[in-house]
Order: sequence, then C-alpha cells, then structure tokens
Amino acid sequence: MRPCDENEVVEIVRAAMAQSRRLQWCGGGSKRDIGAAEEDSALVDLRGLQGIIDYDPSELVLTVRAGTPWAEIERALAAERQMLACEPLDVAGCFGRSPGEMTMGGLVASGLSGPRRVVAGSVRDHVLGFRAVSGRGELFVGGGKVVKNVTGYDLPKLLTGSWGRLAALTEVTLKVLPAPETVCVVALQGLEAAQAWQFLARVLGSSVGATAALHFGPGTARAESLTVIRLEGFEPSVAARLQGLHGLLAPHQALLTLSDSQRSALWASLASLDVLPRDRPIWRLSVPARRCSQLLAELAAGDDRWLFDWGGALCWLASHVEPERLRDAVAAVGGHAMLWRADAPLRRRLPTFHPLSAALGALEERVRSQFDPLGVFATSRFAGSVDAH
Amino acid sequence: MTVLLPEADATVLARRAEVVAVLRRLVSADAVIDDVARMRPYESDALTAYRQLPLVVVLPETTLQVAAVLRWCHENGVRVVPRGAGTSLSGGALPLGDAVLLVLSKFSRILEIDIEDRLAVVQSGVANLAISAAAEPHGLYYAPDPSSQIACSIGGNVAENSGGVHCLKYGLTTHNVLGVRLVTMEGEIVDLGGRAFDSSGLDLLGVVVGSEGLLGVVTEVTVRLLPKPESVRALLIGFPTVDDAARCVADVIAGGIIPAGMEMMDRPAIHAAEAFVQAGYPLDAEALLIVEVDGPPAECDHLVAEIEQLAMRNAAESCRSSSSEAERLRFWAGRKAAFPAVSRIAPDYYCMDGTIPRRRLPEVLQRIRALSEHYGLGVANVFHAGDGNLHPLILYDANQPGQLEAAEEFGNDILRLCVEVGGVLTGEHGVGIEKRDLMPEMFSTDDLAHQERVKCAFDPKQLLNPGKVFPTLHRCAELGRVHVHGGVVRFPELPRF
Repeated sequence: MRPCDENEVVEIVRAAMAQSRRLQWCGGGSKRDIGAAEEDSALVDLRGLQGIIDYDPSELVLTVRAGTPWAEIERALAAERQMLACEPLDVAGCFGRSPGEMTMGGLVASGLSGPRRVVAGSVRDHVLGFRAVSGRGELFVGGGKVVKNVTGYDLPKLLTGSWGRLAALTEVTLKVLPAPETVCVVALQGLEAAQAWQFLARVLGSSVGATAALHFGPGTARAESLTVIRLEGFEPSVAARLQGLHGLLAPHQALLTLSDSQRSALWASLASLDVLPRDRPIWRLSVPARRCSQLLAELAAGDDRWLFDWGGALCWLASHVEPERLRDAVAAVGGHAMLWRADAPLRRRLPTFHPLSAALGALEERVRSQFDPLGVFATSRFAGSVDAH
Repeated sequence: MTVLLPEADATVLARRAEVVAVLRRLVSADAVIDDVARMRPYESDALTAYRQLPLVVVLPETTLQVAAVLRWCHENGVRVVPRGAGTSLSGGALPLGDAVLLVLSKFSRILEIDIEDRLAVVQSGVANLAISAAAEPHGLYYAPDPSSQIACSIGGNVAENSGGVHCLKYGLTTHNVLGVRLVTMEGEIVDLGGRAFDSSGLDLLGVVVGSEGLLGVVTEVTVRLLPKPESVRALLIGFPTVDDAARCVADVIAGGIIPAGMEMMDRPAIHAAEAFVQAGYPLDAEALLIVEVDGPPAECDHLVAEIEQLAMRNAAESCRSSSSEAERLRFWAGRKAAFPAVSRIAPDYYCMDGTIPRRRLPEVLQRIRALSEHYGLGVANVFHAGDGNLHPLILYDANQPGQLEAAEEFGNDILRLCVEVGGVLTGEHGVGIEKRDLMPEMFSTDDLAHQERVKCAFDPKQLLNPGKVFPTLHRCAELGRVHVHGGVVRFPELPRF
C-alpha cells in the first residue's frame, strides 16, 4: 500500500483496525534489517507523502512530509548553508543497501544521531512537532512549528525513536542550524581505549569545543587505533580551538591532520560500519562514557573489532560474545545494548532493544497501548522473540 | 482572576484528620503541616493571582517516603499536588483544597559531580544556580538559566521544561537532562534515562520533562554539565524601528551566527528599565537588542565585528560592544531588571509568554499596540528575539474595578494572536492553570486526547496535579474507548504484549 496523503493513511489504519490486520511502516527501507522479519503484517510505504511544506532558513525551522528523502532535505539545507545538527547517518550501507533512500519519517522514527550528538543533542532534541496517525485511526498533531515551545506534553520526543510503534508520522517539523564555515579533523594514533576515553573527556570538558570525539579501535580504520576530533566554526574560531587542543597534548604526542578525502572515508565508515567484520553480530552499546573501555576489555575477544563515538558513550562492537552475557555486563554499568546487525535467526530469537526492568516495561507498555490499543502496529519486528506471538 | 478547579472531593475533606495522621506516620510528625497559618505560604506559586490552601502540606526527604505517600494516596483516592520552590509563573504548583501538597524542598543534596563524563546527579529540590556553583571549581556549569535560577529548583525546571536567556544556543531543560528518578502516582520508583546518552525503548524521559507535575514526582535528576566558555561579550544596539531590529536578528541567524543570547526590548520597556537602573540605554530607540556571544576570545572578537556590520546595515542608530565584564553586566542590568522596572510604572503587571515565528514580529507588535488601545492598558515588550519567545508585560491596577479582568482578556487575546500567526501559547512558563482553557486554540479534541492518554498511562485515576494543563478533566475510561470504523469491535485473535 502506498498512501498519497494523510487521509489515506487514516483510512488504511481504520481498515486494518476493522479487519484485525497489522501494519508495518516503511520509508526508504535503509533500516529494514534491524529487528525481526515482519511476516505478520501488511507493508505501508509512506514515500507517497513527499515534499517540503515550509522552510524559512532565518526561522531555523523546516516542515516536511514524512516520505521526503533525507538526501533531498540535506541538499536543500546545504543550499542555505544549514544542517540538521544531530548529524543523521544513512546506515543503508551497513545492511548492504544503497544509501540515499532514507526518508525524514524514518530518520525521526529511528532517532539515530551521528557524531555531533555528543555536543549538539540527538534527533529528539531537534524535532519540534509532527502530524501523525495513531493506532486509533486518528490524525493528531504534537508540538509546534517554532523553536521554543512548552505547550502541552512533549509528544515529539515520545514519537522520535519509537520505530513506528505508536503512530505513523505523516509530517515532521525540525529545528535546523547554520552549518559550520570551516571544518578541521585531527587524530592521534595508537592510544589504548582507556587513554582515548580520558583524552576525549579532557577535550570535551575544555573550551576546545570539539563537535566529534571518536575512537576507532585497532584493526578498524587502520592497523593502529585512531582517535578522532573534529573542530568546526568560523575560521578564526577553529584556529583558536586547534591551538587550545594542542595545549592538551602530552609532549610526545602529535596530531595528524586528516585530508578531506580521509575525513569523508572515516565518516562514511561510521554509517556503513565497513571497518567492522561482517561475519559476526554488531551491537550498539549506549553506556556511561567512562565505562566504555572497561566493557570492551571485558567483552571483546581477540579478533573482535570495535569503535566508539560520543567520547565513549556509544560503542559499536562486532563480536560473537554470548548475547545474554553482553546485555548483563552492559546493564551492570547503567547502559543498554541494541542488537544492530545480525543474521535472521538471531534477530528472531533476541529482542532488538535491551529489555527493560519490570516496572519500566509495564509503564512503557501502558504508554504504547494508549496510542495503539488494538496492536495494529505491534508487529513481530520488536516483539522480543517469536514466542511472544 | 477566576479559574475553575476540579470540584473538591467531600469524602476526602471529611477524612482530613486521618490523612494528616497517616502522613505523620509515613513521613514524620514534624514533616507535616496542617495548621492554616503555617500552610499560608504555600497557598500560591509565583502566579499570585490564584490562591488556594491545600488539604495538608507534607515535606518528605527520601524517595521511599515519597513512594509511600503516593501509594497510600493512590489507594485511598486522595489527590496530590507536587511543589518544588514555588516559582511557577503559570500556577503549576497551585494547591487544591482536597489535595496533599507534596513539597520537595528537603531534597536539597548534590549527590555527585562526574568531571570526566561532565554530569551532575542532584536531588530535585536543589536550586538551579547551586548546580553551577558546585560545578564551577571544575570549570563546568549547568546551562539552562531561568531568571528565577537563584531560587527555582531543578525538579521544578524538569516539570516545566524551563528555558532562560541562553537557551537559543544551549537549549531548554529537556536538552540538558540525562535522567530522572521518578515516583509514579501508584508509588512505583523508576529511573528514566541515566548516565548514558539515550535509553532503551520509548523516550519516556522526553515526555516527563515538561509534563508540569502530572505524570510523576521527580526526586533525583542527572544533568549534563558544559565547560564554561573562555570569554563572553555583549553588544547593545539601538534601532529606529522594530522592523529594523527584527531584520537584524534574522540577518544574524542567516549569517550563520547562533548567539548565546539575543534579547529585544521595545520603547516602553527601554524607558522603564533605564529609569530604574540607568544602564545607559538609548532613550530615542524604538527597539533595543542585546546580543551576547561566548567562546574563545578570537571567536568572540570575530562575531562581535560581524554583528556590528549587520547592525549598521539594518539602520542601527547606536551600537556598543562590551570591552569589560563590568560593561557586559551593565548592558544586561536593564534587561534583567525589566520586570521590577515595569512594576514601578504601574501598580501591577501581567507577564505573557507566547512564541511566534520571528518573521511575524513587526505585525504582532503592531497588533499588540492596537489591543493595548482597545483595552486602555499599557504594555511593555521584552522578547527573547533569537527564538521568538515574546514576553509582553500588561500594565494594570488591580484596585481599579475591571482592570484585572481586562488585563486577563488582553493577555488571552495576545496568546490567541500568537497561535493565529503560527506560534504557540507558551514558550517557557508552562500551561498550568493560566493557559489551560486556551489549549483548544492550539490543539483539537483528538490532539488533546492523545496527550491526555499519556496521563492515563502514568496516572489512571488522575490523582496527580489534576486540573492543570488540560481544559477538561476527562475520565481515562472515556478517553480509552476505541472507535472501530467498519463494525468490527475488537480483534479477539490479536495477541496482547
């Protein structure tokens, strides 16, 4: 099914309610291989809802239909020297698909942010409002179309990253920001994971104002580890920040300056994770940054590979480690582990998202069922395991 | 001013002595206040036009005590109103006559500052400014800075999603909170978020922040800390018309500059502030901009030069940039004293808080002036220009018959105007009781029902802070009804998760 406007989306949901059918939402399909296969539901392609509704660069606000490709928006923003500050990553390449298909609805529904998230906030921090159809077959709006708004509950945050489990987004309003005039990416080679965390923590805690702080483990980007820092802004500002960064180095340390092509290659690998081995599952660990290196030491076997972003608060680990052991270790330090890429049987067996505590799980289920009481959107994708059906 | 609050439950009023005795047992004898004289200070928050004595006041000091109080109240159908420091400008903490007022001021400890991971774990009664003070020795601070920051509590900031003059660059409370410990009305203790950047499952933290105390009681908050900027400079720019100032603001942002703060004042506000603090404001200007930039000194110098150029291009008649910290603070002195300054030119003022798309500013200010003439009441405008958050101060005299009602009607007209031009009812003060009845201006019945059902998930009996935010107190059973179109009532074969 491919609705062309939000009224058709309403009709599709109402029909599914009446016919006891389940629906799965789809945009460009870049993240379709996350979660279990959905054989129990009808596919609704939202790419018929296309186009920019309003974009006034000096207001810093963009309103767009959910099926519009991110690539198109990225170009429209670049033409005005603006950006989405959360730095969305098109992860299609990670799943063997072609990049460029990700839609704005998918971007918001997954809520996945890139390296700038460490200082600029996540997708949820830049979603100002939406129009959507809930599992009650009702069109509703949340939030507003201005950058500062506290009127009513912040439903835009609740819908961002909800992976289509509460409602089908038909229109989103986002806050945009000026793109930096100058970008400079520098790196240190050969740091151990713990040293890298410590160094990045010093950088992020200083007035250097790094807008990316990541670390590629040994055997990923290069044979040696690579600790990467990005500085952005007006030219005099980047020069001053770079000088400040030099002041944080130990006497024997030297910064490598990465060329534009080296930088693009590194950023592409953050989205595609092509620097990690393909023969084992990839986990996305969200953890307190100070725990990252210790966790990797505990969990990663000799030929496993990993990298971390957000100063250590986000680790990508490719490993055959036993899933339950991994999740227990991550939970013990106050983090959570999402199964990112795995073969179909593992995705059927394991819940994609880290299971919640009983009390929190019950609360989440009550919130979910208020939006979708009949379970029209409760497909097998995130059900936890096939046994739940 | 009058506002309809939920009808007091007579059976609860009749059980008052029992409620008091139970609270003394669950918390402690000296943590319960039940005599009228000592309850009096709690009868309103900073929206003082509304006053109501609570059933009883309780001041717990542990999360377990909060859970015990809420669990008992839930089981016994007793309403609860949470309160932090009581600085809400929208009546969010206004008591109800049949409700326990749960005051969190004893939650006053800073539990941890994590320097490397740049976060602080604090109890919810800690004052906003106290967090920055504790982080200061490490070169860090907590960014959101509501004007009441010396007094307002971080728990209240979480409830209201408070802003401040620097939120243009650094965001509101919601952008700076990593986690909360929340006690639900049923007495369940849950941690939403934490020390990691995001959490598994739905973003319940995102919806709790700004929920105005309707979804749960927050006892602990984990906040992000930022490195203090190396230097800060401000510009003071006078314009012959509001249009020129508005165009300058748009040009600054179109020029790729996001200042740390960008404030505008109109002529009446400039004159009131200047008479009060002699900040050196240009009295011939129709609009005044204060623009603040922060960062490495080289960046500040660069930005100040850029902004000066943009100001001149937009017909600025005066433009000064601060060359010392004392001068920067003097630029701000008038803006920061705008509210007390206005209260010297009129016996009372009523502060509004709508947000508009900035491009509509000249038109909106013109229509506010027309409304001012219509109601015969003066108005001074201070304005977070960068993000379009308007604070018209309506001048009136409560001792003149009818003026208070006229001020209220004037205010409602301004907020309707904000919505009409594509804006919203409140940018940072919250809905509370003040703007509750205007919610249908912005949201349809279905929109509101989707919000109210979130309340039902957290508090199905609607016992926590009822009567705030939503114009009608619907029963959850009524909101939960599913309307299936096409005749089929349920899907019996669908599994429930």
